[in-house]
Amino acid sequence: MDYIDPHIHMVSRTTDDYATLARMGCVAMSEPAFWAGFDRRSVDGFRDYFHQLTEIEPNRAAQYGIQHFTWLCINAKEAENVSLSREVIAMIPEFLDCPNVLGIGEIGLNKNTRNEATVFLEHLELAIKHDQQILIHTPHLADKYQGTRMILDMLCDDSRIDPSRVLVDHVEEHTVAEVLDRGFWAGMTLYPVTKCTPDRAADMIEKFGGERLLANSAGDWGPSKPTAVPDLIFEMRRRGNDESLTRKVVYDNPIAFFSQSKNFSFKERDVK
Amino acid sequence: MRPASQILSESFLEVRAKLLEVAATLDRIERSGSAGDALSADAEEQRAQLDTAIRILLDNGADRAERLQKLFSREYESNWRQEMDL
Repeated sequence: MDYIDPHIHMVSRTTDDYATLARMGCVAMSEPAFWAGFDRRSVDGFRDYFHQLTEIEPNRAAQYGIQHFTWLCINAKEAENVSLSREVIAMIPEFLDCPNVLGIGEIGLNKNTRNEATVFLEHLELAIKHDQQILIHTPHLADKYQGTRMILDMLCDDSRIDPSRVLVDHVEEHTVAEVLDRGFWAGMTLYPVTKCTPDRAADMIEKFGGERLLANSAGDWGPSKPTAVPDLIFEMRRRGNDESLTRKVVYDNPIAFFSQSKNFSFKERDVK
Repeated sequence: MRPASQILSESFLEVRAKLLEVAATLDRIERSGSAGDALSADAEEQRAQLDTAIRILLDNGADRAERLQKLFSREYESNWRQEMDL
């Protein structure tokens, strides 16, 4: 089955991973800007990273027939440095017209601090000013419930934000309902330990249906599995779910969501 | 949705294995405690959380995963904006 991974950090992955993903049916992916595993020290460090996301990765992906899209921001882990965050936010518009940029992301909270909330709100202003879609990171483990609710508060308090143009990622059993109920798209991240397994993601699909629900691997430099979306496809199939429901989550929904961005120039594979 | 009996029989060995891992971990903690290595206050809190989680597993209802997630979560306070002066 052709699928799209809507959240994967390919700058951290090898070329072999591109080859494997292509063989497993990945036809497109979107790569949100992410923390490098260390705090970048200058706005030029981010400029280089955004160059990598908008020029280098699309070329690497294209060699394997995969279309690569991206989202730009400074990650919540680096938001404690508010002055650097502001410099990066001011620089992002240099890249917004690049042909693979879908919007602002992954923005959100990490430890749910005041500085993180401040930088999150300033990212929202940037997205609104430039009419960009938004991809949201929600915190990990014990901080997820509180942080997700705080993020939804900030999004819903601003009448300029259209929930249908916002994807809230890393939802789990205790956050998915509220994200969907408030009209946002919800992304389930398939991580080996800290987030959601393919089995639990399949449970959520069965419980909530496929409407506005996506699944991603969030493959990065840490413990993660870039082929996790095919694992979900396999689990859905093993349970006897309709192929159309699985396809909606892993292919139709990413296309429907991304199509709201003017830069989403996806070409479906010719399957005739 | 597959029949409940089918889901149970297909999952039985996997769940059995996971329960054994939990039991063995608790045994390990117990053995170390018996040898005189008492739990710290933070660890006591974690142990109490695990005991509550195990009781949730024994409850009825189709929302155990959500209840466990909330058990392991910090609480949300709706006045966070005022507290942060934001």
